Order: sequence, then structure tokens, then C-alpha cells
Amino acid sequence: MLCEQCGQRPASVHYTEIVQGKKNEYHLCEVCASQKGQAAYQALAGPFSVNQLLSGLLHFDSTVAPRSDAPAPRCEHCGLTFAQFVKIGQFGCAHCYETFAEPLGPLLKRVQSSDHHTGKIPKRRGGAMTLRRELNQLRKELQVSVMEERFEEAAQLRDRIRGLEQHLSSDGNV
Amino acid sequence: MSLSDFLSQASSKWLRDEGPESDIVISSRVRIARNLAGHVFPLIATESDKQAVLDEVERAVHQPHVAQLGRFEMLKMGNLSAVEQAVLVEKHLVSPALLESSGSAVILRDDEEMGMMVNEEDHLRLQCLLPGYQLDAAYSLAERLDDALEESLDYSFDETRGYLTACPTNVGTGMRASVMVHLPALVLTGSIQRILSAVTHVGLAVRGIYGEGTDALGNLFQISNQITLGQSEQEILSNLHGVAKQIIDHERIARQHLLQQNKDPIEDRVCRSFGILAYARQIDSKEAMQRLSDVRLGIDLEIIKGVSANILKELMVATQPGFLQKYYEHEMTPGERDVKRASMIRERLRMDQG
Ligand SMILES: [Zn+2]
Ligand SMILES: [Zn+2]
Repeated sequence: MLCEQCGQRPASVHYTEIVQGKKNEYHLCEVCASQKGQAAYQALAGPFSVNQLLSGLLHFDSTVAPRSDAPAPRCEHCGLTFAQFVKIGQFGCAHCYETFAEPLGPLLKRVQSSDHHTGKIPKRRGGAMTLRRELNQLRKELQVSVMEERFEEAAQLRDRIRGLEQHLSSDGNV
Repeated sequence: MSLSDFLSQASSKWLRDEGPESDIVISSRVRIARNLAGHVFPLIATESDKQAVLDEVERAVHQPHVAQLGRFEMLKMGNLSAVEQAVLVEKHLVSPALLESSGSAVILRDDEEMGMMVNEEDHLRLQCLLPGYQLDAAYSLAERLDDALEESLDYSFDETRGYLTACPTNVGTGMRASVMVHLPALVLTGSIQRILSAVTHVGLAVRGIYGEGTDALGNLFQISNQITLGQSEQEILSNLHGVAKQIIDHERIARQHLLQQNKDPIEDRVCRSFGILAYARQIDSKEAMQRLSDVRLGIDLEIIKGVSANILKELMVATQPGFLQKYYEHEMTPGERDVKRASMIRERLRMDQG
């Protein structure tokens, strides 16, 4: 089946939307679906506070959820379903973040500034994560210094990267 | 007990002390949400789950890392009277949501500048609350408490999503930083609306402390970050600093403008409000907040002398229902509270003249 919006790409997103009691079925490609989502978001984003905004977004997202032939996702650890999350706006446990990672990703991008944490890492338990983040930062700096032909600096960075890589692999958690 | 003894015993350090920029910034607060690995969130937790979290946190607080930050005491919400609960909310030490949640508690350092709510929406909400404009100091205190607790607690943390919280609007840093500001001149000159809507465009939120929107009672507003994921703690704080500094500048300019362009009306307004507070025999909390805001502005503009500037902060809390009932030691109807509120305010004004 082709996307009913553009008629070019295969339709991979199927959902029903209920607007004022009227039921519409959609079969869209990913590109058109995300554009449609964006438009709905713009309309919702108006004068709302973040909490209202969040519940608005969640309710919108619930209409994008898979149709009833697929089993409703449920967190194995706490039993929460996505529909319950949409209603309450809260998760039941930390594992819900993995269980509902797929619908959560775009939501986070909209209510937060990105879907990736760049802040603090726990000091005692986060050792390897801190090193990995430092390693990524150094790799980026290395690319820049090579591009700008600052080779002396690049050599120094490469040494530091090797050192970190060895440190991480000796801990067995690269 | 005399009112001055009562106020010094019953109030927190942030209410008694002055801080930097305290002509405009009443207080600075940092809250950090944390959850413990291996426990479901309070939303679906049973009483025994909540008790287990409470026990784990209590043990952590007694570890040397936390103990060296000061003396902490735990108050279980279920063991407090309605008045005692109300007083904690009025002092901004616990959220109203904590009272709704069963098996909840607050753990406070004796100066009440540092503490944590247990089993609110998240297992832990660390809080540091300082007088005046001290955002960085409040964050570094909160961070020390966070690190000290993490020495013995395993937090729910994910490399990509950061600190995992019950609500995804807090995930990432789990941090809400805020300043409480008194903006009477921006409200009087009508420029508040424009400034508030500008602020919401940069990922911050502004709300009235008492009452909503621009009807904020006592012209008191809270500016806080909305985004918790994708920005580091330092980025969030420096954003908030940037905006707070601009708002402080605007308020100062508006105050000078009022004094130069509208001297008579502003003096009249301030002095009338002072007269009402000094002589009224009954006053509701809405009017009290507005009059206190006028008087505080009068003190800052040196129209009123010999009255301590702290009066707004102290009385905005002490004239709330919980505090009034605690001071007069009995439950009151709203009508009775209006009479006692007026009486407390008169007594407080006499303290400065004595
Ligand atoms: Zn398409
Ligand atoms: Zn779960």
C-alpha cells in the first residue's frame, strides 16, 4: 500500500484519529506522518503550560499508537500500559522508559530540548559513562583539529583517546 | 509567646535572613528529582514498597557523607496535624502533593535550607532554598547533598535519558531551579505581560506564587526552567541567570521611572497601604498581600523608613492560615482568621517601632 498523502513512499504508519466523534483512518509514509504530527503539535503548543502541553501531546500520540490488532505494550516490571501512561502522565517504574522508548522518543524531542542527557552523571556509579562521554568529546575535537590541519594538537588528542580506550577496555565496559 | 520569639522559632532561615539583591529577589531554590533503582515509582507503589524506600533513605541520611552536611530530622506526613502540614507548605518546604501521597515524609536540616521530600511523585525530591539571589549557591548545596546520598543509594540512571523520573517532563537532570521575585513596578507600569510572554519563549516558565497569571497576589512571581533534558545543569542555570538579571534590571528601571514620573500617586499608594496595615481590624489574605507588597516597595524606594524590609517575606508566610492557627494555637473560621491576621500585622509593625 502506498502513502495516501504523497502516493510515492510505502505506507508504514497506520492509525485512526477520532476528532469530535468522527473516526478517520490514515495510511501514511513516515515522512508524511511526522509532518502531520508536527502540525498537530503546532496547534497544541499555543498558550498551554508544559503540563497541559504534555498531556495534550500524549493524547495526540495515543491516536498514533498501533491499532488494536497489535497487543497493547505493557511494562513487564510494573504492569503499566501506554494507555495508562497517557491518562496519568507518569510512568510506573524506571523500566517503562525502555518499554515505551519508541513512542517516548518523539515526545521527548518536543517537550524537552533534545532526547539525550548531557548533564550530570552519578559520581560513584557513573565512572565508565563519564569516561565514554569524555572519549566522544575528544573524538569530536580530534576531527576538528585534523580538518583544520592542527596536527600537533591532533597527535596529542589521539594519545589521550588511546589512553582512555585502553582504560575503558581494561574495565571491560566499552 | 511574643510574636518576635514565635517568628524566630517558627520560621526558616530563608525567611529570616536577607540575601543578595533582596530588594527584588526574595529567594532562590533548586529542586532535584531522584529515584532509587529496584523500586517502582510512588504512583503504583504499595505501602510496604514506600516504607522500604523510606527506610533506605533514612539509612543513607545517617551515613557519614550526609551526616557531615548537618543535622537532619525526618517528619512523616502521616504523623503531623493538619496545621503542622499546612505550615510546612506555607514555608515552601514541602509541596501540596506530598500531603496527598501516602507513606510520605520530609527530611530537613535544622536550618531548613536543605532537605528532601520522600515518596512524593518521585522517591526523592532534594531541595535547597536560600534567601535572595543565590542560585549557584543553592545548586552547589543541592549537588553536595545529591553526591552524599549517592554514596550509599543506587539511583535510577540511564546513559541516554539521564536520571529517570516518574514524569518525563523532569527526566534528564531532574532539576528545577527557580527564583522568587517581587515585581511591583513592572506590574504597576503594565510591562509585566510583555516580559512574561518573552520569558516563556526561552524555555523558562513564570507563574504567580499565590494566584495565577498576572493576577499574582503580592506581585510575587516564580521564574523556573522548563527543560530538564538536553541541557546540562550549568546551561540551565546560566539561562535562568540571564533572564533573571534582565528582569531585575527592568524592575529597577521601572521603579526609578515611577519615582520620577509618578511621585505623588506612588507615595500616596504606599502610605495608604501602610496606614491600612497599621490600623485595620480585619483583613483578608488577598488584601494583606497587596498592601504588604506596596509597603515593601515603599521601603525599597525609601518612602517608608524604620520598617524592616523583611516584613513582606515574613508576613506573606506568617499570615497564611496554617501559621495563624499555629501562633494563636486554635482552629479558626476564615472570618476569625481575617481578624487575627490584622492583629498579627499590627503587632509585627509595632515590633519595628519598639
Ligand atoms: Zn507520504
Ligand atoms: Zn514500568
